[in-house]
Amino acid sequence: MNQPLIEIRSAPHVQAAKTVETIMRHVVYSLLPICAFYVFQYGVSALASILVVTAACLLTERFFVGTGTQAGRLSDYSAVITGLLLALTLPPGFPLWMGAVAGIVAIALGKALFGGIGFNVFNPALVGRAFVQAAFPTAIATYTPSFLPGRYTEFIPSTLAWPLMIPADAAAWLKTKNLDALAGATPLAKWKFDGVLANADELLTSLSGNMAVGPAPALILVCGAYLAARRFMDWRIPLAILGSAALTAWLLFAYDATRYPNPFFMLFSGGLILGAVYMATDMATSPVTPKGMWVYGALIGLLTVVIRYYSGLPEGVMYAILIANAASPLIEKITQPVPFGRGVLDRARKRASYPLNPGYISREEASAVTPKKRFLPKKPKK
Amino acid sequence: MNTATTWDDFMEGIWRQNPVFVMVLGMCPTLAVTVSAVNSISMGLATLFVLVCSCGLVSLLRKLVPKEVRIAVYIVIIATFVTAVDYAIQAISLALYDALGAFIQLIVVNCIILGRAEAHAAKNPPLSAMVNAAGMGIGFVIGLLALGVVREILGAGTLFGVSLFGAEFQPWVIMVLPPGGFFVLGGWLLLFSWHARRKQRKQSAKLGEVTQNA
Repeated sequence: MNQPLIEIRSAPHVQAAKTVETIMRHVVYSLLPICAFYVFQYGVSALASILVVTAACLLTERFFVGTGTQAGRLSDYSAVITGLLLALTLPPGFPLWMGAVAGIVAIALGKALFGGIGFNVFNPALVGRAFVQAAFPTAIATYTPSFLPGRYTEFIPSTLAWPLMIPADAAAWLKTKNLDALAGATPLAKWKFDGVLANADELLTSLSGNMAVGPAPALILVCGAYLAARRFMDWRIPLAILGSAALTAWLLFAYDATRYPNPFFMLFSGGLILGAVYMATDMATSPVTPKGMWVYGALIGLLTVVIRYYSGLPEGVMYAILIANAASPLIEKITQPVPFGRGVLDRARKRASYPLNPGYISREEASAVTPKKRFLPKKPKK
Repeated sequence: MNTATTWDDFMEGIWRQNPVFVMVLGMCPTLAVTVSAVNSISMGLATLFVLVCSCGLVSLLRKLVPKEVRIAVYIVIIATFVTAVDYAIQAISLALYDALGAFIQLIVVNCIILGRAEAHAAKNPPLSAMVNAAGMGIGFVIGLLALGVVREILGAGTLFGVSLFGAEFQPWVIMVLPPGGFFVLGGWLLLFSWHARRKQRKQSAKLGEVTQNA
């Protein structure tokens, strides 16, 4: 009988009780405290925004799954993640109808077009955000301060704009609250356009003052640490992003401290932490090779700082991640790990045994090919 | 000449071989000038005029022109009519002329026209050639209008310059930018391919029934 001695199969070799649904469900769990904090900051407007955007994502997913052309199911929670993340990246007073447009575009254009879960090239939430950024540039740049009195009973007026209509002016509403228009600017915009620098420790907790910021970076890091500890997310990507952003910002700060802000401000302002922990780590759109993850993360960190410093936009995390998403197949290609036995420079290792004899190859797959000769020692030992 | 074939010649460009949605030709003006419905219609009519006239002339000259130089002759014929249209639009409305920009002159290199001249007009009598060209031209107008209407409604809240939603309308800036053209074209293509797929599925289901019964 021609029974192979060792059967060689392709990965995965180890099975675990970890399905797509489990991973996605735990990501949703870890996002819930962040959403709760967001509602605590901005009250009923933030709650409405989260609900409407997520509902829009789910309904769009329902429609496309119903057409039978999609991978994935409605119950795999991926559309919920897209909706929650998208809502967290939008300003709290973003008109609900625009939020719904963003959610529909995120799932339809960002995911369904490519064939559903696992096939998308770009992070769906960021595709939705990029679309509304281009479509409604004024509304998406209008932030309001957090922790306003009466935020649980009163909507931010721009939230309740009629569909297709211009939202109410936020500056006029802030005036009735005895706050000037500058109070509604994000720390990054304040630094970029007015040269006002916020403290890093205030940014880390998001708690002091009426800053126009998203949920606390400290909380996001804790939730991300939970995911990384449960191995639902690879820790390399966020670490690479934050490391490379900090390094770039620190080098520039060391070069000219009057022109560039300190690296801590760069790390904790804007959406960098949220992007690094939740958006860049999307499994379908990031490289799978460990080396590739470092390259991918470093690219995002570098691009974010460059866009923030040298472009007309105050925030650059979204475009940095989208660019890196586009680059990740290439990154994967150049960071393929060296298979066991190949050694450095394709030379066979000394004194190593090579089980890749054609006779061992499983005949299970019709397309199984004989390995190249160079895996085998070139000369027989004398 | 048979009326049925004339009708087929005419309808070919409008539906079965629509230059925008089926052949995906002439994408340059399709994406660039369809910011508003008026621009789309004028661009489409200009192309229609050039298409019909040049196809008629090419068809008349089809036995005189040597094969080796036919493309050069077609280009000269097309360029003549394009120049006429160019000056006519400039005389009628300078604002429209500015809005359409270089795309009027670029009708010369529009592959719909050269394609029609080469594929149909050079092989058929003038009447058939002009009917076919008119169908193609109308199909092109319909294609441009389909894009222009959607982009104008979303991008400016108006249709043919008439406000639809009042002064409070929030324009979708992206729709008047180049990405908007791609999105809307993609949406229409999606709709048509969905329709074609459904039709095919119905037909094959019917065919299956027939074979089962037989």
